[in-house]
Amino acid sequence: MTVVKSAVCPICGCLCDDLELTVKDNKIVKMKNGCAVCEAKMVHGYKEDRILKPMIRKDGKLVEVSMDEAVKKAAQILTNAKYPLLFGWECCTSEVQSIGVEMAEELGAALDNVCSICHGPSMMAMQEAGVPTATLGQIRHRADLIIYWGSNPWASHPRHVERYTAFPEGRFEESGWKSYLQKMQAEASKKKMNALVRRKDLDVDTAPPKTCKVVDAPPQILQKEGRKLIVIDPIKTMTAEAADYFIQVEPNRDYELMEAIRCLVNDQELDVETVAGVPVEYLREVVELMVGCNFGAIYYGLGLTASAGRFRNIELAIKLVADLNRKTKFVITPMRGHFNITGANVAFAWATGYPFAIDFSQGYPQFNPGEFTTIDLLKNGDNDATLVIGSDPGAHFPKPSMKKMTQHPLIVINPDMNCTSKLSDVLFPTQWCGLESEGTAYRMDGVPIRLRKAVEPPPGVPSDEEILRLILAEVRAIKAGTTTLPIKKRG
Amino acid sequence: MKMIGMGQKTQLTLITGRTIDQGVGKELGKSSQEYYDTAAVCFLDPVDMTKIGIKNGATVQVTSKFGSVTVKAKHFQRGCHVGLAFIPCGLWANAVCGDDTYSMGMPLFKGFPVEVEAAAGKPILTLDELLKEEYGKEVP
Repeated sequence: MTVVKSAVCPICGCLCDDLELTVKDNKIVKMKNGCAVCEAKMVHGYKEDRILKPMIRKDGKLVEVSMDEAVKKAAQILTNAKYPLLFGWECCTSEVQSIGVEMAEELGAALDNVCSICHGPSMMAMQEAGVPTATLGQIRHRADLIIYWGSNPWASHPRHVERYTAFPEGRFEESGWKSYLQKMQAEASKKKMNALVRRKDLDVDTAPPKTCKVVDAPPQILQKEGRKLIVIDPIKTMTAEAADYFIQVEPNRDYELMEAIRCLVNDQELDVETVAGVPVEYLREVVELMVGCNFGAIYYGLGLTASAGRFRNIELAIKLVADLNRKTKFVITPMRGHFNITGANVAFAWATGYPFAIDFSQGYPQFNPGEFTTIDLLKNGDNDATLVIGSDPGAHFPKPSMKKMTQHPLIVINPDMNCTSKLSDVLFPTQWCGLESEGTAYRMDGVPIRLRKAVEPPPGVPSDEEILRLILAEVRAIKAGTTTLPIKKRG
Repeated sequence: MKMIGMGQKTQLTLITGRTIDQGVGKELGKSSQEYYDTAAVCFLDPVDMTKIGIKNGATVQVTSKFGSVTVKAKHFQRGCHVGLAFIPCGLWANAVCGDDTYSMGMPLFKGFPVEVEAAAGKPILTLDELLKEEYGKEVP
């Protein structure tokens, strides 16, 4: 039995690097320090539904084939296509992502990563307005006001609050854990009381439940010393419940609310009573807190990037942070979802100058979100073949987009049988990076961290780097006319 | 016993997003029972449930202009969300999400109108059934 210390979790953008994995007979049997999602993958999920042999869809069914046959078929599809799309990359190491750029250039393909359906709007906004940001370490030690806007880290980044923002004991800021526990105890008692009342109601009341109050006044706790946590979201999530103050914004009205906060930060008067469902008098108190803190941090999620306004929401949030920086210290960071989606942006931007939505059809890189972003390419019917690597658009793309993707040949490189693997025409098995192979990943704040290997991959299963290199070599061979396969010439 | 109101189609605003249970389910495997149990659900406010004429745990049909899906209705775990519906990210949420990006690449995942109605007796399709129905491909 061996213990792998300081292992890195290859799931979300937190890249927690303090895991302890106990390995027995080449299997992870125990995991320490990780979250529930991490345990689900590291101890159980990574062994399930593995793809062990390459497959090709023949007569409508996926059948096992040799690696050579799969590589040749994939290279053939990509070279025969007029405009292939290379998509995914969020669960690959940055070494693999850089091969993706090489392949896109060779093929004259579109190159996009999953950022285009999560924080693409953030990238666009950062190009417009810059980004005053900080590493997670700085925030852990110094921030005394944390704001999560349109983000529920309790579900998406379960250790974010505990490790980097409100709950850790920082060098200059105390942990907010105790006040959270007190709050939770009070909430639990309140819930019990409510449950009793409700049960009583069930017996006698036949009328529909009454509507409830949405936004409460800011509590006294916001006047306390030390770390404070505010959550702004349309839904009262677990993070919202844990927060010192929760502002329930009406859906799609974040822009208005943010603009109102900006006005108040800049000492302007608002002649309305509520904005986006939130009374202005409550907002005044929140703004006072924002301006009065020593170090504030805004973390935002898809609640801002995917709601009405999209990248304009982020641009405004960055402008708000710039305004706040005239009065105090404030930073903003996107809550990046997958463990190396930040790396995909970094690796693509190194080589092409652009973080996502890249087109190589003219022989040089072009960037145009709305045209070369995957959902738009599919909607407009521009591409005629797709390679998906380290991603599952089958589970996360809207149906109309996925339908378009499955109408053309679909090559998938993935360790397990996820939705996209099930829909593929050529399927390659690969290793789990960060578990069965090493590599570089970028944390959500842009800090590169080396992923560690804990177990050996199943016999004969190559890394995604090897598969991409094989396909790329075959593509070059086909283009040079040196392949052994009888194929149609491109164009 | 509490009377359940006459069922009616109700227009709500749908938000899709993450839940911790869906996160655990997806890491256990997309084909796992946990993923099905945690992603093929729609969270509703008790006020809206009464309007639709259903109880917690009933089957509902959610329809947008992009598609329709049958899922299990559940109460929001906390807070007040009258007028809102929430489906965790996943194949079932995708069935009603749209590919309008407003030229920004980001599809419609949050804050769009849907109609929710009771669908007693309708099956909640499993992952493989839904994939087959939506994309017409044989899945392993």
